[in-house]
Amino acid sequence: MAEALFWPALLAYGEAAFAYASLRTSRAATWGVRLGWLAQTALLAVQAVRADGFPWWSWAGSLNLFVWLVVGAYLIWGCQQRYRLLGLAVMPLAVVLFVVARIGGGTHAGHRDSYSSLFLVLHVGFVLASFAGFTLAAALAASYLWQERRLKKRATDILRLRLPPLASLERLTRRTIAVSVPLLTLGLVAGVIRLRHDHRPLDALEGVALLTWLVYGGFLALRPTGRRAAYLALGGFVLVIVTRLALAGGHFS
Amino acid sequence: MSIALVGLSHHVAPVELRERVTLDATAAADLARSLGDAVVLCTCNRTEVYLADGGEERALAALEQLAGEQLDGVVYRLHDEAAALHLFRVAAGLDSLVPGEGEILGQVRDAYEASQAGPVLDHVFRQALGVGKRVRTETAIGESPASVSSAAAALASQVFGDLKGRRVLLIGAGRIGELAAANLSSRGAQIAFVANRTEDTARELAHRFGAAALRLDEVAAKLGEVDVVVSSTSAPEPVLRAEDVPSRRRSPLFFIDIAVPRDVDPHVAKLGGCFLYDIDDLEAVVAETLAGRRAEAERGEQLVAEETERYRAWRASLDVVPAIASLRARAEEIRTAELAKVRVSDDERRTLESVTAQILNKLLHLPTVRMKEAAVSADGAVYADAVKHLFGLDDERA
Repeated sequence: MAEALFWPALLAYGEAAFAYASLRTSRAATWGVRLGWLAQTALLAVQAVRADGFPWWSWAGSLNLFVWLVVGAYLIWGCQQRYRLLGLAVMPLAVVLFVVARIGGGTHAGHRDSYSSLFLVLHVGFVLASFAGFTLAAALAASYLWQERRLKKRATDILRLRLPPLASLERLTRRTIAVSVPLLTLGLVAGVIRLRHDHRPLDALEGVALLTWLVYGGFLALRPTGRRAAYLALGGFVLVIVTRLALAGGHFS
Repeated sequence: MSIALVGLSHHVAPVELRERVTLDATAAADLARSLGDAVVLCTCNRTEVYLADGGEERALAALEQLAGEQLDGVVYRLHDEAAALHLFRVAAGLDSLVPGEGEILGQVRDAYEASQAGPVLDHVFRQALGVGKRVRTETAIGESPASVSSAAAALASQVFGDLKGRRVLLIGAGRIGELAAANLSSRGAQIAFVANRTEDTARELAHRFGAAALRLDEVAAKLGEVDVVVSSTSAPEPVLRAEDVPSRRRSPLFFIDIAVPRDVDPHVAKLGGCFLYDIDDLEAVVAETLAGRRAEAERGEQLVAEETERYRAWRASLDVVPAIASLRARAEEIRTAELAKVRVSDDERRTLESVTAQILNKLLHLPTVRMKEAAVSADGAVYADAVKHLFGLDDERA
């Protein structure tokens, strides 16, 4: 069953990743995102039903969930014509990560694992949701820098190959981070409670996660604008990548 | 009944000729009425007469009278499908000097509404208006600006998004600068200040935009209060130097320099938060967007081809309409005559009326559909003749 759902989801995401390249096929791309996301939702539902415990505790499983959250966040406003080029950044990344999740066994159903608790579910769920938000914010910030550079360089195709206005990109980046920081806060609190329960000290990964929280918290407190805001959002995202990569090193084990 | 088109446009006629055959709305409507079932479309790029009732020679004579010369070799004549295709392309902006320009659709609508078009022209013009809308909504042909002034406003929107409440400083009273300011204003921006070397001109322009008038030496002091600067003076030296521009960390400042020689020091472009476009940049952007419009025009042509096919099918169905109408009239005549012979109560008559009408409709439904289908596949005339022969419809008329 999970097999039967993985491939349609991958196919639909792959179609979207290619179709966003052209204005003519961007409507088909939008449908690819919607259908792929529905298929992946069904895949996650099957995994949840078949699992004995929390099915996304492994790095690959959490990557699967992460892709779903990223695409879901993109779906909220990304499926619009003017955010077509954002889809071109998000969807190929989603496809690659989805394939990596599969290779790591994160899309299979029927895991038997007793390693599960409410705080783990909350911790993984909130942290991954916040990371999905930060990923989208990073894509928006990168789009901002690219758009700003094109405007500065007076690119002749600026009106033909349109990105959203600088002001919109900046506003959306800030809003996305404003939503993601509370999620990360909740996720970290749940993680700390779990650590105390297990009588374990903070590890390096958790230190990086705290640093990530500080960077994005600083973003909200300082309210930077323009290029500085974009660089700070991207800086925070580097820490998100470090955290995600380190997860494969066995944070949950 | 077929349609014909007699006209001339920017493709074949120079402006010296076009301006002689141009007509205002009233004169165009008068000409259409004098020609009978006709629509006269007159814009700065074309004068075209669409006819459904013959009269091509009279239309040509009217155009030649306006031109004051023979129009052989300049005027084009198109018929039926070709005329409809041409009208669809015109309404979609595909035949315009700037592909996809938006005004032509309104001009086609005005010409149609000012005329007293008969059923065929009425249909083809209504379809043309639909084609025009379809091409604009299903392609991006009209989305990109086609002039320097509109490109300037579109670029400002790329920085600020919604321009509502954004403040504009207009320097100089150049025509393109004024147009750019008007474009910004139409997008919601507020023209806050107008500066000019001649104070009277500045005041006059400021009054028109509801702005405050400034002297040129006051401009630098106001840069901190505006978001967009449009400059188009004829000053030989730059009006704004990089050192005049305040730091813009929190909010960008967008400069549109349409003047030659340039009014704004090119080093301004390197300042943080500042964006500068001069006339060459704007023209390059417009050239690029026009290339994009041409690409979208290809999609528009496909839509027009689809609509022309629909027109052809409709037009072909007209060939069988008289036969269908005669057949139904004949059947109705028989039904009424036979019912008249029956002596029944009023209630029973009403029932009989209803039942026989339903029988008739069901019986004639399939032949009607088949004849219309045959008409589309060019066999309409054969089917129409067969129906007339089988039911003796010609004999009755005779």
